[in-house]
Amino acid sequence: MTKPDSPVLLDVRGLHASVAGVPILKGIDFTVRAGEVHAIMGPNGSGKSTFSKVLAGHPAYEVSAGSATFQGGDLLALEAEERARAGFFLSFQYPIEVPGVANAQFLRLAYNTVQGARGKDELDPLEFDDFVREKMKLLEMDPAFLDRSVNAGFSGGEKKRNEILQMALLEPSLAFLDETDSGLDIDALRIVAHGVNQLRNDRNAVVLVTHYQRLLNYITPDFVHVMDGGRLVKTGGKELALELEARGYDWIQKQAA
Amino acid sequence: MAAQASGSFLSTLLAGAAPGGARQWLKQLRANALERANALSAPTTRDEDWRFTDLTPLYRLALHAPGESGAVDVEAHRIAEAGSRLVFVNGAFREDLSEGIGGSGLEVVRLRGEFADAAWLSAHLGQIAAFAQDAFVAANTAAMSDAVAVRVPRGVTIDKPLHCLFLNTEANAVSHPRLLVVAESGSDMLFVEDHIGTVDGAYCANAVVEIAVAENAEVRHVRLQREGKAAYHIGTSAASVARDGRYRCWSVAMGARLSRHNANVRQDGEGTHFEMDGLALLGTRQLADTHSFIDHARAHGTSRQMHKCVVADGAHAVFNGRILVREGAQQTNSTQESRNLLLSDKARVDTKPQLEIFADDVKCAHGATVGQLEAEEVFYLRSRGLAEPEARNLLTYAFAADMVVRIPVPSVVRALQARIIERTGGPEIP
Repeated sequence: MTKPDSPVLLDVRGLHASVAGVPILKGIDFTVRAGEVHAIMGPNGSGKSTFSKVLAGHPAYEVSAGSATFQGGDLLALEAEERARAGFFLSFQYPIEVPGVANAQFLRLAYNTVQGARGKDELDPLEFDDFVREKMKLLEMDPAFLDRSVNAGFSGGEKKRNEILQMALLEPSLAFLDETDSGLDIDALRIVAHGVNQLRNDRNAVVLVTHYQRLLNYITPDFVHVMDGGRLVKTGGKELALELEARGYDWIQKQAA
Repeated sequence: MAAQASGSFLSTLLAGAAPGGARQWLKQLRANALERANALSAPTTRDEDWRFTDLTPLYRLALHAPGESGAVDVEAHRIAEAGSRLVFVNGAFREDLSEGIGGSGLEVVRLRGEFADAAWLSAHLGQIAAFAQDAFVAANTAAMSDAVAVRVPRGVTIDKPLHCLFLNTEANAVSHPRLLVVAESGSDMLFVEDHIGTVDGAYCANAVVEIAVAENAEVRHVRLQREGKAAYHIGTSAASVARDGRYRCWSVAMGARLSRHNANVRQDGEGTHFEMDGLALLGTRQLADTHSFIDHARAHGTSRQMHKCVVADGAHAVFNGRILVREGAQQTNSTQESRNLLLSDKARVDTKPQLEIFADDVKCAHGATVGQLEAEEVFYLRSRGLAEPEARNLLTYAFAADMVVRIPVPSVVRALQARIIERTGGPEIP
């Protein structure tokens, strides 16, 4: 559902960004309101992942112009960890493996750090164990994943479930899911999509960054945007995704040119 | 100059090493070793094997043979899971501090005085750790007056770990601890070789451990080097593995001012499996040098090796990983990885994989990386709310802890994790 009257969570204006001196984002305007689901689609190399990383505060990307206002504050002035604590979440396309650190240990550390920053109660290991097991049911994750090292030896689907588990724990107001569907079989895709749908409410919002339309069968977007050459060149409803799936991106690239 | 200094060093090293032993074979072994020790010169950085490890400060020490060790408290060093414990203090076996041997299923022989001789002793002692070209092994073999041998009888599984505690309590002493482990066919055991220093002053521990793994037997070997901060530790562990035997070693070097570990594994039959995980965790001005040698002498052998170094401050790590695949060792499958993390501009690592392959139908892979933390990894953790220093500490901790969590003795894992946290400022362990 589009929510024209609900509060604006994110407002991006004229955003330009580059990496190692190469301009990637060339003027993005993008607004997300509470309760909305957006999909950003586009061909490889169009700048979708860069957009997510710039907003999440990746230090390798340099913002050369434009602004991003998150819940009324200047998002770009914050360090990556401050953005996470403020309620911005990025689900990684390629989650990092951290052998040697148990997943439970990592999840609790992240949870308590964010809770502490939000002035909320931290949980001791026993309390956290109960809490995280509840959240894992949402994603049909085996509790054995708590004892294993963070993402180490996880399958692609297991890694993505672990990302959404982190989303469930950190309760962001805005989540960017970067290629969360890539490489997932249909069962894993259903589980991940179901998890995301359960976490949605009228106070938060989700942005799906994806190459494929398939995910959008399970998480229905209110808006579909097409990114090309570092700009959002077209915006439509969910039917735009189907059209892209059928016709590819060429016709939009021609329209835009 | 150096040659002179090292020449006199060998005589120091051999202080109190009169050829002896009640048994003729042992007397002969020690005499042969003494002859080699006298013929070899102590190594210098001109020797290829010691290029990066300068022993000059060791040669300058005024060392002497250790005195009587007297009362020693070993409670603090207890390993909870161990079913039996052998204690050596300054190289000498302390029967009074050892425990749990009777009923453990192990046979333990102290090779001193009129010990009960047996064929398995002379067949292995001094036969696995070669001393012909190694001055330190030669000195240890010549000087061993109190070696201990452990036998796991045929087909016997020892459920609980054997803790071999090598304590050093005396400054300026030179000790030559010696241990032989013989696992007969089809047997299974785990032992912890644990070197601990309780004295802040300099001393030299020159340890040799020999391991004979018979057909289809398995030996798991945890090696902990936690010597005193001014210590010089020279250690050799040499394993010989018969057909279908398995040898797994987890080695951690975190103590000593200067340490050297020669880890040699030789394949003496087809179908053997070796695993070697090593970690050096260094700071201040420490140096730790690991020279491993995996000798695939027969067909169908597999080996997997991962060696990691975490080097802070002005410390220096050396890794030389030699793998030899001899002619006829077909179907060998061997992987080796050397991964190194430098935490300061002054930290240094020298790593050298050394593959020599003389068989044509083999799979061998090796790789080495030296670097700092990956920016993507740091970003991932920051995106989950962790501040940058916290993220870096966690990743440094993880890099080292990854090696430690593989050790199959939980209390050792916890103790090492705590030490890694001290060094890296890693996370609290729940």
